[in-house]
Amino acid sequence: MPAEISPQTNAYSNSEIRQGINNSAKIAFACALASAIAFFVAYLSQISTISAEIPWTFNTQWVPRLGVELAFRVDGLSLLFGLLISGIGILVVIYSYGYFKAHKSHDRLQWLLLAFMLSMLGLVSSDNIILLFIFWELTTITSFLLVGFDHENSNARRSALQALLVTGGGGLALLVGLIMLAQASGTYLLSEIIAAGPAIAEHEHYPVILTLILLGAFTKSAQFPFHFWLPNAMAAPSPVSAYLHSATMVKAGIYLMMRLQPSLGGTEEWFYALSIAGGITAVWSSMMALKQNDLKLMLAWTTVMALGTITLFLASNLQIAALAAVTFLVVHAFYKCALFLVIGNVDKSTGTRDFNKLGSLVRFMPITTVGAVLAALSMAGIPPFLGFIGKELKYEGALALAEQPWLIVATAVAANAMMVAIALTFIFRVFLGGQSTITREPKEVSVLMWIGPVLLATAGLLSGIFPDLIAQSFIQPAVSSILATSSEVKLSLWHGVNGPLILSVITVAIGTLLFFKLNLVSQAINNLVEKLPVISDNAYEVLLNGTQSLASGLTNRLQTGSLSHYLTIVFSVFVVSVTATLLYQPVAMNFTNLTAVTPLIALVVIFMMGAALVLAFSNTRLLSICALGVVGSGVAVLFLVFGAIDVAITQLMVETLFVVLIATVLIKLPRFPEQKNSAKGRGYRDAFIAIAAGVVMTIITLGVSLTPLDMTVTEFFEANSLVKAYGRNIVNVILVDFRALDTLGEVAVVATAAMAVIALVKVRVHPQGPHS
Amino acid sequence: MNSLIFSTISRLLVGLMLLFSVFLLWRGHNEPGGGFIGGLVAAAGIIVYGLAEGPAMMRKLLRVNPRTLVLIGLLTAMFAGILPLLQDNAFLTGMWMFIGATATDKGLALGTPLIFDIGVYLVVVGGVAGMVIALEEEL
Repeated sequence: MPAEISPQTNAYSNSEIRQGINNSAKIAFACALASAIAFFVAYLSQISTISAEIPWTFNTQWVPRLGVELAFRVDGLSLLFGLLISGIGILVVIYSYGYFKAHKSHDRLQWLLLAFMLSMLGLVSSDNIILLFIFWELTTITSFLLVGFDHENSNARRSALQALLVTGGGGLALLVGLIMLAQASGTYLLSEIIAAGPAIAEHEHYPVILTLILLGAFTKSAQFPFHFWLPNAMAAPSPVSAYLHSATMVKAGIYLMMRLQPSLGGTEEWFYALSIAGGITAVWSSMMALKQNDLKLMLAWTTVMALGTITLFLASNLQIAALAAVTFLVVHAFYKCALFLVIGNVDKSTGTRDFNKLGSLVRFMPITTVGAVLAALSMAGIPPFLGFIGKELKYEGALALAEQPWLIVATAVAANAMMVAIALTFIFRVFLGGQSTITREPKEVSVLMWIGPVLLATAGLLSGIFPDLIAQSFIQPAVSSILATSSEVKLSLWHGVNGPLILSVITVAIGTLLFFKLNLVSQAINNLVEKLPVISDNAYEVLLNGTQSLASGLTNRLQTGSLSHYLTIVFSVFVVSVTATLLYQPVAMNFTNLTAVTPLIALVVIFMMGAALVLAFSNTRLLSICALGVVGSGVAVLFLVFGAIDVAITQLMVETLFVVLIATVLIKLPRFPEQKNSAKGRGYRDAFIAIAAGVVMTIITLGVSLTPLDMTVTEFFEANSLVKAYGRNIVNVILVDFRALDTLGEVAVVATAAMAVIALVKVRVHPQGPHS
Repeated sequence: MNSLIFSTISRLLVGLMLLFSVFLLWRGHNEPGGGFIGGLVAAAGIIVYGLAEGPAMMRKLLRVNPRTLVLIGLLTAMFAGILPLLQDNAFLTGMWMFIGATATDKGLALGTPLIFDIGVYLVVVGGVAGMVIALEEEL
């Protein structure tokens, strides 16, 4: 069972010190409100052109080499989403001003809301798919911060992290899917991908592309089996939930599916993936909604149900299905936001969200009640609300499906009936009837906090009575965008007595029955849930803990802090991996081309080998260092013999300084510890690794020197060193001119390493720890 | 190390090595040498002096904190990169001027690569000397 969120007491008015609204909160509020209004008005002003199917576009270069442009394109679908995001944004910002009045982090919330709104607007307006992905991830990050707003609460932190991991993980899949989609269609512009139509379904990578993109959309829009994070995200404050649930965050996945339907949709894979995931999500989440006592959790589950329903309808590419999806999207945005804000008011005023403890709130909070009842009626799909039109369209769409119409009709009826039951619970158990057991007397909230729900609920009523208000201007252009063809759309309340109407009557009847037997029903659902073996939330927990213990186990094995242990690992991996490669791809060993060994070279090499032997068997550190110095100097001499003077000088200097430096340190350390018998085995093992590394290195060196070199680069440097860079010393010219950027990086590394050494040496370790 | 001979020789050596290091730095573009090697030679000279006279005298010889030296070196190298940007060239493009150039002779060639190399030189001197001073002081 998903983690229950205990009904939270009134954390924002009493427990916080009433410091009044400080100026920073006022500034944040003004910025957020002004931006929301500006965007809303801007979108409104574009309605007439966009509904004539002329999109608003804006293009400018950003990262030309990667094909990433700041390409924005607002068509019918983007316009609808943009209006919902900015319009609901206005109301939520105003509401939050009242809700968080006395909260110490009020300004942070307003800034976060603004950032979140801008990310969402960017997401629905992007035409370049990389840009779309960037905004997608920005919404993930900002919603993480919003869900975890109450960061002193461990439950909020857990929920925020869960939302981040689930949607962020899906985001990674989405990125790969989008890039593959772009590669397959040869363009990074969404509008061009869509204009190309369903050709992509013939591509050999279509199943992979579809899977990855749907993973992104399903995680974001909380589709089964990734639905669990959304109800947990209820740890967020009510206005945040209202915003995330109604218009934004979770609709991002829906938006993506709507947007890509002309390109990816219309196939069997698309149909079954969306209808199965959407159907299971819708039914399961409406059952889960019925068993909750906490009103907010109940609403959260109905959001999951709504998302499932929309996904279900996006499975088909019939016009009526798209119309049903879009209309329900609008319906849902109106009533869901209103209801969440209402819950916020109830919570604030009464201190609880448990509907068993609440009742007859109409006596204390009449205006809030008006908003709540109107919104709930729209949710139940009662005429003349827009919800009724939405529900009729859903049934019409389901009946029109070519495949499995009755299964989908049954799913829709079941989900809607439970929705009716929940709406009735809201109306009759909380606001108009029921017994209150709370001790304090609730008060009506301020105008800032009731204006939002009332406006939204009224919008649901008015657009139901006058559906033409939204049909031609918003719904039709959006449907046209989804189907990528011009569509004629007509919305009306009364269709005559037909299939959908009969289904509606059945729905309301079942819903009412469920409402009266609510206790029995939720008992039955509880019993059912307990019998299920795996719940997604538990699976998430197991996966997360497993990853963490695996990571810490690995880290503890690898990062022991012992230098010799590190070297053992490094060289073992080197030997094993190179040997494997050599076995897999043998190097032709042709020794005829090797340079002759002169007596000088032989002498130097013998010296080096002798020094290496001394090093291996020496008992004192000083002797070891000197022997090591001899080996290094030998290498320098070899460089000199072969004409690499610069390298030789550098090697000699480094070798000298190394010996001096190490001697400075080591001379003050004790002798090697006596070799104990137990360490004998380790000595043999180390010897084996050392010899193996040497052998492998020799083979590589021989292999490299026997392979003909590509001299193009060398020839370029030889030809241009003096002419273009005015230097005869090619090595130096490469260092300071041709590849100066590399050198700059290396010098920075030298500087950083030196700083680190100085810092480490200067740290004084006291018995009680390094910080004192 | 309290050896009069070493101490005397080291004072002589450090001057010679510093001089030699600048020589290496200067000739680097055409003959073996360069900022990195020059920096290592200079650091070796300073270390010899430090072994004889102790870390305090090393600091005195450097005059500035070795960490500051590293920072100045990095900034100098960056400066050599930024300079060409002012004339719409790519970062770190080599730019040259020829003082006293004639038809047959380039004259004295001075360019941003030399500035860059000086930066490298300073980073190496500051880094190595800094490490040795820290080790000498703390151990």
